[in-house]
Amino acid sequence: MDLYVIFMGAALVNNIILTQFLGICPFLGVSKKSDQAIGMGAAVTFVIFIASVLAYCIYSFILVPFEIEYMQTIAFILVIASLVQFVEMVLKKYSPALYKSLGVFLPLITTNCAVLGTANNVITKEFDLIQTMIYSLGISIGFTLVMYIFSTIRERLEQAPVSRSFNGNPIALITAAIMALAFFGLGGLV
Amino acid sequence: MKTNSLFNIFTTGIFKENPIFVLFLGMCPALGVTTSVTNAIGMGVGVIFVLLMSNVIISLIRNIVMEEIRIPVFIVIIASLVTLLEMFMKAYTLDLYNSMKVFIPLITVNCIILGRAEAFASKNGPVKSAVDGVGMGIGFMIGLLAISFFRELLGTGAIMGVQIIPVAFTIPIFTTAVGAFLTLGVLTGVMMVYQNYKKDNKEKLEKAQEAKSEVA
Repeated sequence: MDLYVIFMGAALVNNIILTQFLGICPFLGVSKKSDQAIGMGAAVTFVIFIASVLAYCIYSFILVPFEIEYMQTIAFILVIASLVQFVEMVLKKYSPALYKSLGVFLPLITTNCAVLGTANNVITKEFDLIQTMIYSLGISIGFTLVMYIFSTIRERLEQAPVSRSFNGNPIALITAAIMALAFFGLGGLV
Repeated sequence: MKTNSLFNIFTTGIFKENPIFVLFLGMCPALGVTTSVTNAIGMGVGVIFVLLMSNVIISLIRNIVMEEIRIPVFIVIIASLVTLLEMFMKAYTLDLYNSMKVFIPLITVNCIILGRAEAFASKNGPVKSAVDGVGMGIGFMIGLLAISFFRELLGTGAIMGVQIIPVAFTIPIFTTAVGAFLTLGVLTGVMMVYQNYKKDNKEKLEKAQEAKSEVA
């Protein structure tokens, strides 16, 4: 498969948030300010990329030779949990400001379905190592992009006279629906 | 205190802290598998099972596990339960398994399960945790059913295979991502309208009573 097709497909056409419904929690939770959204995007990018590559290696070099593929979920989640712990420690040391503003959402990357979802996708799509890298990079760039666009829209929504009951999450979800509609148009890219 | 009674714990999960409409936890399956009511029921039952078991197990071991490593321990327990569920579904309900394949391993990372483990089961006894698990699970399932009902009805015109709206009048976009976000957004909005209405009434009543007592 063409690497370009994999990348574009992962980043835009099959965007992880808007068409695969993965990673909705941070999408709604950490998208109120654009700098937070970018910080979250960067952290998730790092975790998704490393986790997918590690998951691929573990699956093909440990699980398959020993014929214990059913351990997939448990093995992957352990990799992800330790990676997140690592990112948390690094951020705490080098960027305490970002660490503080991400708050509870940092440990929640462990339970970000986008990470486990991508790791699982890599296995079910039977990618090789290079394809895995390109795919996970595409996915995480798509994630960061949508997070950023959505957060800038939400910053403006704060100023808008939305009716009291629809203020906050309901209007954000409806905005997401319109964004998903726009991303449909990108289907012709590949 | 009355708020600690088992019945209250049970209903909290269903109404006051409904995972989907109030807590906004477990959004991914709520949007991903709700294309049909059948899928929603399958997912709901799966989540109730995992949530109940994980809450009970975690509350039983809550005093043994060290504070620092509790998250990895919890997540491994949840992952094992999900693997169990996956094997079970593959063996007995293959059709259902195939129609929501991607989302079954993802129950592991459903925020609602780890969220309840952390917020409730690690602080309360096994009986209370079991009740909380079932309550939250049912609340989650109600949310799924509500979303999938509208999506399936408007998108395909049928509910569980029974055609209600003629195909010519359906809105296929409701079966896609757009419909998922839109349905959830409007439903939460409507929930808020109702809650605000109740709050306003209560405030009005309180004000009226205050005025009365002042006069008296």
